[in-house]
Amino acid sequence: MLNYTIRRLLSVIPVMLVVSIIVFLLVHLTPGNPAFIILGEDASPEAIAKLEEQLGLNEPLYIQFFDWIKQVITGDLGTSVYSAQPVTELIFGNFGPTISLMVLSLLFILVISIPLAILIVSLRKTILDPLFTNASLLGVSIPEFWLAILLVLGFGVTFPIFPVAGYMPLAEGFGPWIYHLLLPAFVLALVEIGIIARMLRDSMLDSVNQDYTKTARAKGVRERDVLMKHVFANALIPTTTVLGATVAGLLGGTVIIETLFTIPGIGQLLIDSIHRRDYPVIQGVVLFIAAIYVLVNLIVDLLYAFLDPRIRYD
Amino acid sequence: MLEVNNLHVHLDTPAGLVKAVDGVSFRLESGQTIGIVGESGSGKSVLAHSLTKLNPEPPATYPKGEILFEGENILKMDKKRLRNLRGKEIAMIFQDPMSSLNPVFKIGRQLMEAIQTHQKLSKKEARQKAIELLIDVGIPDPERRMQDYPHQFSGGMRQRVLIAIALAARPKLLIADEPTTALDVTIQAQIIELLKSIQKKYGTAIIMITHDLGVVANLADRILVMYAGKIVESGSTADIFYDTAMPYTWSLLRSIPRLDAAGSERLLHIEGHPPNLIHPPKGCNFHPRCPFARDACLQTDPPLAERGTNHSAACILSKPEFDKEKQAVAEWKGVLLS
Ligand SMILES: Nc1ncnc2c1ncn2[C@@H]1O[C@H](COP(=O)(O)OP(=O)(O)O)[C@@H](O)[C@H]1O
Ligand code: SF4
Ligand SMILES: [Mg+2]
Repeated sequence: MLNYTIRRLLSVIPVMLVVSIIVFLLVHLTPGNPAFIILGEDASPEAIAKLEEQLGLNEPLYIQFFDWIKQVITGDLGTSVYSAQPVTELIFGNFGPTISLMVLSLLFILVISIPLAILIVSLRKTILDPLFTNASLLGVSIPEFWLAILLVLGFGVTFPIFPVAGYMPLAEGFGPWIYHLLLPAFVLALVEIGIIARMLRDSMLDSVNQDYTKTARAKGVRERDVLMKHVFANALIPTTTVLGATVAGLLGGTVIIETLFTIPGIGQLLIDSIHRRDYPVIQGVVLFIAAIYVLVNLIVDLLYAFLDPRIRYD
Repeated sequence: MLEVNNLHVHLDTPAGLVKAVDGVSFRLESGQTIGIVGESGSGKSVLAHSLTKLNPEPPATYPKGEILFEGENILKMDKKRLRNLRGKEIAMIFQDPMSSLNPVFKIGRQLMEAIQTHQKLSKKEARQKAIELLIDVGIPDPERRMQDYPHQFSGGMRQRVLIAIALAARPKLLIADEPTTALDVTIQAQIIELLKSIQKKYGTAIIMITHDLGVVANLADRILVMYAGKIVESGSTADIFYDTAMPYTWSLLRSIPRLDAAGSERLLHIEGHPPNLIHPPKGCNFHPRCPFARDACLQTDPPLAERGTNHSAACILSKPEFDKEKQAVAEWKGVLLS
């Protein structure tokens, strides 16, 4: 396991290098002179030249890249051209709401989809089975964003139980924090709940008539334990593989949800910076999101190995 | 101890109703070993699973018959009684040791689960018992091996672990469904030896299922030959081998791999395929492949009938008639060889 962990950790380095090249090129190859865009159409040529100089835009692209990457390695993501604040400071200032939103969403996903899948599988031989087969079909055909809008309208507008905008940091108390987050986190979780529950259900149904469950039943183990222990432990393995994609989905989803609910998180910072053409911030945020994504996948891989001894002991 | 009467097991599949077990009856006394032999697809596994009602339902249904274990009909048992029966009174081992252990749990855990399902023991006591069981089935270094996962064991060792699991609650009957089929020949012999020694040591009754008559030759007291969901011959092991009364058994015997004079192994296959169990042939199920079939075989499905004490066969040929046919074949062979 230690060997595997070290190998997996080292593999992050080339991935992050490629990611940073892509992020850099994406921002720098976008048509339009950044200095021109930042200063506006009426700016004097002198002012533009000065800003280009200041931003290092006169240097060849690879020099700019190495200058930037050197800074990044030392933990310096540059300075916002809009607010003159360090980008790292901006990111960390906006990280709280985003991580709160994601953690709470993930919690919703696990707490709802796992029991749901187990319930569906344990009812598979009863008269309720067709209900779930049809309900999951229905679930597939209802677009989640539509359901999300419905939820916001229902619980935010028609019955204003939850606020539809704003954020309270945890420092202000758990109550206000969770009160503001419940609705957006649930809406964010909605898509993924369906995916994870379906994945887990399918994997459990795959496992439910495997030979080892036969061995367990032949021992006299009760059906509930066969499902909850033997089947579940095996079904978690394939389900874990989609967990990485789930977190990626949440990460992308937060950008939309934060805008929708005006939550001052990373997503909103990104959108604002794009509007302001604040490209050091855009670059920093995109790199940060990519780093989180790589980190999450690393954790998922380690979790996968933890759940499957056949990988752990290779 | 075990009495199966006119058992029918049907599998309701999209392709149609499979009559996997079609009117099977037999008895087993405690401490006895019987072999159930037949080609693959003859319904052996479905029959074996029926004995503890382990066939997944659906597709399985039990439209007719009864399975009496010490006088109690297993097919009528409720879930709780059935759980109590499984493992504790009747235990089972399966064909594929590679897939029959849970890949994500340690061996020790799977063994202790079997122990603690039927005995109120502390973890420590169960662990001690598990180690004893592993010693019993011949697994070296059992204390350390308890911590290992199935993929760290060879096929033969896994089958030993599965036997240990089956023995955990000292069952009265052990059903082994082709326990050696997935293993290579030397390991096969070791597993059979192990089963024999268990039989001797604990007096466990064994139902040994195999497609290979050679496997049960010196293990079973009695042999049931199964074809297309039916028992077509049953008798003592000696009867089956030396006084065969049914063409299918005779063909099976000729398909046992053996060393001939030149020292090379030869394996005769029975021509043709086992019948489709959704639309079985009219008359005797074996007639499309039977070298002795005659017109009457297409009309009547012969029931099991006496051929001697505790020896019966399902064939329209009487004992003398069949002996004459066998004699003719032997003579033909002699002519061909001379
Ligand atoms: N789960 C199942 N679904 C459909 N058909 C099955 C199932 N299990 C077994 N069968 C069919 O039942 C018949 C008997 O199978 P089986 O008992 O496994 O034979 P054997 O163990 O003698 O090789 C075969 O025709 C097989 O195709
Ligand atoms: S009844 Fe006829 S076909 Fe069937 S085994 Fe006997 S001789 Fe062969
Ligand atoms: Mg079989």
